[in-house]
Formats: sequence, structure tokens, C-alpha cells
Amino acid sequence: MARLILTWISLLILQSYLIPIAFGSKEVEEFSEALLLKPLPDRKVLAHFHFENRAPPSNSHGRHHHLFPKAISQLVQKFRVKEMELSFTQGRWNHEQWGGFDPLSSMNAKPVGVELWAVFDVPHSEVDTSWKNLTHALSGLFCASINFLESSTSYATPTWGFGPNSDKLRYGSLPREAVCTENLTPWLKLLPCRDKDGISALMNRPSVYRGFYHSQRLHLSTVESGQEGLASGIVLEQTLTVVLQPETLFVGTNIQPTWSINSLFGRKVVGRCVLAKSSNVYLQMEGLSGHESKNMDTEMEAHELWKNADFELSLKPDRILREINSFLFIFDIDISSDSEPFDLGLTWKLPVKWSCQQAPLHASRFLMGSGNERGAIAILLKATDSQDKLSGSDLTNGCCTLKANIFQIFPWYIKVYYHTLQIFVDQQEKTGMEVLKKINVSPSTDKMSSGMMEMMLELPCQVKSAAISIEYDKGFLHIDEYPPDANQGFDIPSALISFPDHHASLDFKEELSKSPLFSKLKEKSLVRSYTEVLLVPLTTPDFSMPYNVITITCTVFALYFGSLLNVLRRRIGEEERFLKSQGKKTGGLKKMLSRLVAKIRGRPIEEPSSSTESPEARSSVFSSKLFFKFILVAGAAAAWQYFSTDK
Amino acid sequence: MATEKREEKEEAKTDDGSPKIKPRPIVQLGIFLISHSPVFSVVFSVAGVMALLLLPLLAKNTYISENALMPGSARSMLSHRDVSDGSKLVKDIKNFRLNHEGQGVEVQRLIGKYMSEMGAEVSYQKFHPEGNQFHPLHFFSGPASYTLLENVSCASYGVNVAGIIRAPRGDGKESIVLVTPFDSINGGDHEALSLGIASSLFSLLARVTWLSKDIIWLVADSRYGDYRPVAAWLNEYHTPSFQVSDLSKCDELNIPDSFRRAGTMAAALVVKVDGRSERFEDTLSIYAEASNGQMPNLDLINVVNYLAVHRQGFYVKVEKVVSLLSSSWLKIVGERFEAVGKVAHTLNPDWNFGIPAADYLEGSATLASSLYSQALGIPTGPHGAFRDYQVDAITLKVSPRFHPDSKARQHDFFLRGAQLLEGTIRSVNNLLEKFHQSFFLYLLTSPSKFISVGVYMIAFALLVAPLPMVAASLYIDGCNALTKSTHNPAKNLKSWKWLDAAKQVFALHLLGFIVTLLPYFICQIPGQHSPTNRSIMWASTSSSLLLITFVTIPGCSPFSSRLHGTNWAVLKSITISAAFIGLCLMSIINFATAEIGALLLVPMCLMVRPIKPDLRSRRVKSLLCALCSMILVTIGFPVMFFAISKGLIGEGLVGLSLGGEFWTWLESLWAWKSATYLYIGMVHLPCWLLCLCILFHPC
Repeated sequence: MARLILTWISLLILQSYLIPIAFGSKEVEEFSEALLLKPLPDRKVLAHFHFENRAPPSNSHGRHHHLFPKAISQLVQKFRVKEMELSFTQGRWNHEQWGGFDPLSSMNAKPVGVELWAVFDVPHSEVDTSWKNLTHALSGLFCASINFLESSTSYATPTWGFGPNSDKLRYGSLPREAVCTENLTPWLKLLPCRDKDGISALMNRPSVYRGFYHSQRLHLSTVESGQEGLASGIVLEQTLTVVLQPETLFVGTNIQPTWSINSLFGRKVVGRCVLAKSSNVYLQMEGLSGHESKNMDTEMEAHELWKNADFELSLKPDRILREINSFLFIFDIDISSDSEPFDLGLTWKLPVKWSCQQAPLHASRFLMGSGNERGAIAILLKATDSQDKLSGSDLTNGCCTLKANIFQIFPWYIKVYYHTLQIFVDQQEKTGMEVLKKINVSPSTDKMSSGMMEMMLELPCQVKSAAISIEYDKGFLHIDEYPPDANQGFDIPSALISFPDHHASLDFKEELSKSPLFSKLKEKSLVRSYTEVLLVPLTTPDFSMPYNVITITCTVFALYFGSLLNVLRRRIGEEERFLKSQGKKTGGLKKMLSRLVAKIRGRPIEEPSSSTESPEARSSVFSSKLFFKFILVAGAAAAWQYFSTDK
Repeated sequence: MATEKREEKEEAKTDDGSPKIKPRPIVQLGIFLISHSPVFSVVFSVAGVMALLLLPLLAKNTYISENALMPGSARSMLSHRDVSDGSKLVKDIKNFRLNHEGQGVEVQRLIGKYMSEMGAEVSYQKFHPEGNQFHPLHFFSGPASYTLLENVSCASYGVNVAGIIRAPRGDGKESIVLVTPFDSINGGDHEALSLGIASSLFSLLARVTWLSKDIIWLVADSRYGDYRPVAAWLNEYHTPSFQVSDLSKCDELNIPDSFRRAGTMAAALVVKVDGRSERFEDTLSIYAEASNGQMPNLDLINVVNYLAVHRQGFYVKVEKVVSLLSSSWLKIVGERFEAVGKVAHTLNPDWNFGIPAADYLEGSATLASSLYSQALGIPTGPHGAFRDYQVDAITLKVSPRFHPDSKARQHDFFLRGAQLLEGTIRSVNNLLEKFHQSFFLYLLTSPSKFISVGVYMIAFALLVAPLPMVAASLYIDGCNALTKSTHNPAKNLKSWKWLDAAKQVFALHLLGFIVTLLPYFICQIPGQHSPTNRSIMWASTSSSLLLITFVTIPGCSPFSSRLHGTNWAVLKSITISAAFIGLCLMSIINFATAEIGALLLVPMCLMVRPIKPDLRSRRVKSLLCALCSMILVTIGFPVMFFAISKGLIGEGLVGLSLGGEFWTWLESLWAWKSATYLYIGMVHLPCWLLCLCILFHPC
């Protein structure tokens, strides 16, 4: 008995000792969910789901996680990933209408298809191996062909042109990857409540995929604990950005469409995910500053904010935050329940027009030239009417300049001639010395590695337009290197244009909220925009005609070898001698035949040697015989045809 | 027959003595063909012409080769609201033009406003009406080589409007282009109807969700012709100049000058409405020929034809030579074929190659037109500009059966036109790859019948087949004759007999090359000259150059009375070889040109022989021969043929201004960079000159 008690006590002591270790001294695993809704100027609505999962630093490897997905933590541990981002995108972000100078667009406007970048915490020699393993692991995890990024022709090593400065960074993108619900389901599995409860329950697949833009992102970063012996903590950030078109009843009016969460997603929020630390819905209204800034002091005016002449919200916001030119309405969804689901609605009363903030330059990329041999890629930067253009630019040497980084990967079959780089600023050709501040080029190797170009342009602030063009030759692929549907053409991944001096952030006056999404919005993020994916038609062989190729090749081979063997084997001189000797002793049968013929004709026998008979006669006999034979065969054929068809 | 006999005699002579060694079968066959070349050349030539006449019978029905196209499988989503949008635009434009006269750009702005209201991105583009100019060095270069014009006047330029609908969930890699040429100043009411169709369609496409490719609607300013605005827009789309353009200075009209693009073009449709249909139904004419006989993928025509016939009930036609429809000889040929077909059908019910004579007539008229347009090498519409960028494009010319003012019919017409285009665009939108499944080399005999390259090549192959045979046999003849005539053993080197003749052939081909380049220099002469004057200049320089060639290069002239001049047989043999090589090369570049060229060149080259001995002999047969070769050589002269074909087509023969017209025709050929021009100058003309030399050869 005493023993039992002793063990009990020791167990209790052990437990009490272990608990603080397991949960750390202060931190526990945290999960938070948030949804940001934002009406867009072109009658669409942006919905941004944000889930954050934090695993604090701990020293017990392989321990059981309470909330944090085990798959991800294993991934981080196995491949020693320091930071990683994976995004699946369908559709294009409309920079002109949906904005290009806010944290949402700079972080969530992603290139079409799959984009993956990762920074590793391993020695240089092992980075590539880790990358390859990581792509395979992610490929299995997300049901996507991310494993195609494994080949050295599809990824690159950016140095400074792509955001994070690290020499252990790898970047790759697959523009042709089709994104669908099979990629979303494994992504949702990483959430503690999956899509069963809380905000993620809104993700009704048909309504999510009906949208105009759909980007699902997974970003994870490790947090160094700073303490000895403690492994690093992991922050997993999962976002889904969709742009939806609310269904409108009144067509043709200028009033923005009225919507509610239910009308957008076909579902309502019935309570929070119980495992989440915070669960909020935000509504960001942009471009209302002019209207509201007059008087904002009293409570009455605050009430006016969400129920005014322009629009009306169906629920009272719990808090209202003010930014320079936008408002953020915050709603807690703790109170909602099955009987009273949370269904935020927005009703417009008057036609309102506003515009989103634009990045300093609008980038577009296109192909030039025609034909199957060569072409050129052009990147056109056009000044937008953004007021903030000057805010981030530095005024060195008395002249105002605007910096723009361009990062571009070229597949190896696009053989770029870097010396043909031409830069035009305001329709005037400039030399590289004038506008190029930095350039880093790594040429491609055929079938070995892709090419990469990073350049930093320094443009004058009042620039209207800038254009960069670079020529390339189209390469030839081996027949088994062509992908399926090769006749569609080949994709050049998006270029990334970023503005290192410009950072987007929402600067809220009140400093209260601790919500992860909120802090993300406040964080200064680099303004960046991805260009379009380009389609390059390459020469493609006629895959449907292997038969023709086989026949022609076989014929050529037969002719070649036949004549070669003839030349090698036959001895013409010997043959002539043989023929001569043959001619002397004419065959008995032939003699008899000629005698017979002669008898029938009643003519004397003609010796074969004295063939002096007139050629006309010979040819006439020959031709009449031939003619007769021909008639006979034709007649027989006709008769056979006639009788065979009769029955 | 005379030559044949002689050959055989010679053969017997050379072969006597030694016993005959049987050569290998292929060599035997070659020798047989060469020794009987006159017979075979007649047989092959006749067979070639016959094969050409048989082509309408051998035409196959078109079929949709690419499964992904699935034309007509989806129900049209076009609503009456879309159509009324289109009608409203047409009405607005008509009212606008009544109220404001001569304000060209305002109409474009109105169209742009409509486009942006539908949710499209609008861009305007200014262009110069001056097109490409002839430059000999730029002949085969791509469309990128537009010469920048120095003197730019702001007075005359056109403005294109382009609206782009971005595919909602698409990746923007590909686009489909819809072009409506529209002349805002002096275009008729019919042109506005094409805008109505396109606008109805655009209104629909702006709200559909099935788009995977962006849609570009280009309203081309056809004030300066249909082709030029489209070409200018495409040039700006594909090869923009980033430097300061001259037109940006002409800023008084204040048009936002941002050009917008949308991915690689998958296909393009040009829609035009013109004239009233003569038939009961609305008529749809399809034009497909681009420069140098290039055709769009047959699937594109098939889709349009299928939808127009089976869904919208249009009467679809392709261009045909109308004068051939009433020609009696073709009708007789058709009846013969019909009779043969019937007999064959009674023999075996499976042999169904016979077609009614009327169909045959129709088919051959269409085939002739198809062949002619391809041979000419000039695009038959604005779609030709797209082919330069490897984009499949066709022009659809719709002729409504109602008067453009009747409102009731207009709605129905817009609905059907837009539904046709919707179906076509939906099919192309389905396409994952670019058009590659179906044929690119074909001739049309009706909108639903085609002849593929494998079939129409036979006619050409048969036509040119006798050329090498006759060349070989003539060469053997000529060599033997030379051997007999010269007794100097040193001169008897058999292998160098052709050198003199080859020199002459080369000299004349060089002359042809120079004559081809001459128009460029004539155009450089300052001052205004009429086409007639220019053609006279050209003719005089060319003939003086010819005389200089005859004088300076020994043995070149047909009139030189040297005893040991080149043997005419060897000369003819080399000429024929040159013609053969030229025709074969041309058949790769533009098959139709080679086909028509072979029809002219082959009989001429085969028949031609010195006229002197024939006249001297005074036998009926030789006189007939001489007459034949005279006639063929006369027809073979390019100007002569031009006049005759003009007469055949139905335009009156003009005596004096013929030179001017010919000049204008040639000018149009080189302005469009047609390889036919090169063919005429560098193959046909030298061969014709050589035939002339042979004709007047002093034997």
C-alpha cells in the first residue's frame, strides 16, 4: 500500500514538474481565426480568411501537439525549414480595381498556379536536397504536382530581387497548375476545426470557386526562442483570399450590390471554433474618409458610421477603427449560436464611387515578335495616379528617385540574350548606367537550369512610363520533354515587380487589438505585384504521325542499306563475264520456244545474235502483246466485278 | 514520233556488237521513260490537266477534327437584353452621325463608352494610313519590318478602339479577337450593323462565366481600307516601339494613349455586314486566304460553317469565279464526269464518285477562285494581317436579306449573327491547344467540301513529271548531235556540252532577277508618274538590258549566226531543268502559284522548238507544231496572260492602258509581299525568254 502511495506521489511530483516544461513557462499553442470582408470598387467583394496557428518553442522533439498540425511541424523539423510560403491561385488580381498598395494585395495577390519559396536552415550544400525533398512532401500533402519543382530547370536561387535576403532561399512556380477543391481540403485539414465549425465553415466549395480570384496561401516561419536547448517555435499562417461577385437583383443601377455573408457564401457563421483564441470578422470600408472626417467625436456620429445615408450594416460593430482613408468595423462572433447565427450584411443606399490605392507603377508584361524562332519579352511599367508615390521614394542627391525591383525566371527553352536588354524611360532609350542600379543575371543552361534575372531600376519620380525589353531565341525540346497538350505553348512564370522603398500598412489610430490578422495589417509589407503569365508557342513536332515517321525512316534505311550492300557485294565485271558465257550457250528451252514460234508464224528461225530486225516491228509486236494482255486482264477484272456485285 | 524513231535507231547503233547486258529494273525504267519521253510527256500533261479537272469530284466533306471544339453543343445564352444593347448602340451611332458630321473620333469615343459600360477595358490606338512600301530587301522578312515614316502629318490618321473582356477565372494567357471594320465617316448603314452584332455579343460575354480566354473586340477604323487598321493594331500589339511615336505629337484629340494587351491570340474573327442578300436567306460569305496562299486551320472554317448552316440557318458560301458558272465547256466536262460516275455506280454501287453536273460546275468555279486567290498571294480581307502572326483568322461577310432600316428584322438579325459568333467563340474557348489538328493546306470547293494537299498535289506532280524526262532525252539528243557535228576530239568532252547553254540560261535568269528589282528603282525616280508611264519605263529598261545581254554575252543571242552556236536541244534541256527547279521551289512557297504557273510553263517548254526548220519543211505537221509553239509562247508572256485572264474574268480588254493596269497589278503584288511577283520575275520571265530564244534559234 505504502509503495503504491509512494509511486502515486512520485508520479504526481513528476507530473507537476513536467507540465510547465510541456507548455513552456508562459506560452501555449494558440489558434486564431478571422475573416476580413471588403467591398471593392467594381461591385465585387473581397473575403480574406486568416488563420494563425502558433506553436511555441519547446525542447521536446516529436511531442504531441494540441492544436498545431503535426504534418507541418514534422515538415519543419525534417527539412529544417526556416521560412516557407506556398500559394495556390486561380484567376488574376486586378491591380487597377482591387488595389495594389495595401497589405492585403501585396501579400495575397499571387501569380496564377502554384508558387513556392522556402528558406532553409541547413548548410549550403544541402539546400538543394532539402528543397527537393520538401517539394515531394508538399506534393503529397496538398495533392498537387509541386514535385515538378524538384527539377533544377524549374526553380531558382534569388539573391536580393525576391523579398527575403538569404542565400538559402529557393523559389519556384508552376503557372499551369490547376487549383481546385482537392487542394483546399488538405489545406483545411490543417485547421483544428477543419471546416466544420467557426469561420472556416463558410467555405462552401461552389461559392468559393465561383469567385473571380481565389488564392490559398500557407506561410510558415520558425521563431527562434533565443534560449539554449529550446527548439524553435513555428508560426503557421493560412489565408484564403477570394473575390466574389454578389448576385444583384437590380441590374443597370449604379448602386453597389447589397450582400450578406449568407448571400456570398450560402452559409452563415454559427458560432466560433471553440479551439480558437480569437474569432473575429472585420469589415473594411475604403474611400469613405472624405465623407466621415468632418465630425467623428460623439457617440452619435460613431453610430452614424455604420448606419448612414450611404450604407447600412445589419449588425452593430463591436468596435470601429479609423485609418487614413478607411474604416475597420470589428465584430466578435462569440455571441452567435445556432438559433442566432452571425450574418453580417451590407446594404448600399446611394451610389458611391471610390478607388483603391495603387502601387506607384502598374506593371504589365507581354511577348513581342512573331514566328517560331525568336521573340522578345517586354515589361511595361506605367505610372498610376497614386498620391503616395513620393512617400516612399528617397531624395538622394537632390533628385527624387523611385526604385523598382524586377525578378524574373526564364525557363531554359527561352534562351534570353541579356545583352539585348533595352530600357526606355518616358519613351527615350536609356543606357543601363543611367537607370540600372543593380543587376544580377544567372544564365540558363540547356536542360540543366533555368535562367534568372534580378534588376533594380532607379527611375525618376515623375516617370510616366518605363519599358524593358529583352530578346530571346526559342529552344528545341527533345520529343519526350514535351508536356501533354504541347501545342498550347509553354508558360513563362510571372515576373515579380517590387518597390523596395514602398511599404504598405494600415495605420490605425487606436492601438488595442491583439488579433493576428490585425497585426498583419499593421505590419509594414513590401509593395509587390506579379505580372501575367506568358504563353510562348514553341515549335512542336506532329505527335499524331509517328506512323509516317516510321515508314519514311524505314524506307530511307532500306534504300541506304540496300544500295550499300549492292555496292559492296556485287562485282559488275564478273557479272558481265558470266552473262557473256551465258549468251554463248543459249538455253535449249529458249531455242525450242523460238523454233515453235517460228513454226507458228511460218518464218525462218532468227538467230538471236543477228537481231537486225527493224525496231518498229519489234516494238509493235511487243506493244500488241502488251496491249492484248492488258485487255485480257481488264476484261477479266470487269467481268469479275460485274458478277461479284450482281449477287 | 520522229524524234522517237531517231532515238531508237541511235540506240540500236550504239548497242550493236556487244551482247546486251540487262541493266537493273529501275535504270531500265528510267531509260524506257526517257526514250519514250514525247509520248509520256503528252500523257502526263494531259493527265495533269485531267487531274485538275477531276478535283471537284475528289473533294471530301469537311469534318471537325479537333474534338475539343464541340461546336453547337452548348445552348446559346444570348438574351434579348444583349441584343437590345446592340440595337441601342447602332441607333446611337446613326443619330450621332446625323447630328455631327465629320467628327470621326467622337464616334470612336461613343463606342468606347459603350464598351466600358459593359465592363471592358478600353484602349484607343492611332495609326497612319500609309502602309508598307516595297523594298526588295524586306521581301520575305516578317511583319516587324515596318519602315518608320519620316514625314508625318497629323491631318490624316485613323483611330482604332479595342475593348478587352478579361476572362473571370482565366489566367490571361490567351485571347480571342473579334474585329469589326467600321468607317465612321463614310461607312454605310450596313457597317453599323456589324457593330450591332459585335456589341450584342460583347454584352453577353461580359457577364458569362465560362470564358477561359480573354476577348478583344477591335473596332478598326476602316477609313483607309480594311486591312491597314488591323495590321497597324497587330503591329502595335506585337512589336510596339517604345520610342516617341510621331503620332503622340498629334494630341489635339486628347485620346488616352494606353495600349492594352491580352495574351497570345488563339483565333480571330472579322465580321462585316454588307449589301442585301440576293437570296431568300441571309448570306454568309467566308474569306480565308491570307498572304502567299496561307490558309487558316480548316477547323475554324468548319466550326463557322457548321454553326451557320445547322444552327442559325445562314446560306454559307465562299467566293467563286462567276464567269465559269456559265462556261459551256466546263458544263460538258461536268456532264461527262456525271455520266462516267453513273456507269461506275451501276458497275459497283460502292463507287459514288459521280456528282451532278451542276454541283461540278459550282465546285470548279469555287475551286478556281480558291486557286486564284491563293496564287495571287494577296489576302482577301483583314484576316490576312493575323496570319502574319500565326493567328488563324477568317472574315465573315454577312449580307442580311432585309433593308438596313427595318427595325423588326434587325433584332432577329443581330440575334442570329451574335449567336453564330457566340458559338464560334465558345468553341475556340474550349480549345486547350492552338489550332493544329486539321488541315492547313487545302483548297475549298464549297464551304463544306475541301481538297487536301495529298490530292491536289497529284495534278501538279503529273504536270511537272515530264520535265526531267524530256530534259534528259533532249540532252542525250543534243550531245549526240554535237558529237556528230564536231570532229575535234578535244572538243568532244561529253560532260561539258551543257556549259554554253547553261551560261545562257544563267544570264537570262540574272536578267530576270534585275528586271524584278527594277520597279523599286523606278519608284525612286522623283516626280509623279502615271502607271502607264512607269510601265513604259520598265519595259524599255528591261528590253535594253536584254539587248545588252545579247550583245555582251557570246552565244546568248538567238540571232547570232555563229556556226558552232549552242545546240538548241541542249539549251532547251537546260531551260526545262531550270523551269522544273523553279516550279518545284515555288510549289513549296505557294502551291497554287506553282500549279497555275505549271499550266502555263509546262506546255510552252515542252512544245517549243526552232521555227525555222519547221517553216522550211512546209509539212502540215511541222507547220502545226510551229503554230502551236508560237501560240503558247505568246500566251506565256506575263502581260499577255494578264490580259487574257482579265478577259476571262469578264472585265473588258483595254488596249493602251493595259501596261498601266499590269503595272498596278504588279505593284499590288509586291506591296503585299506576294511570292508570285518573285515567281513571275525570276522563274517565269527567264523561262519565257529562253523559249523565245529557242523559237528563233538559227538551226
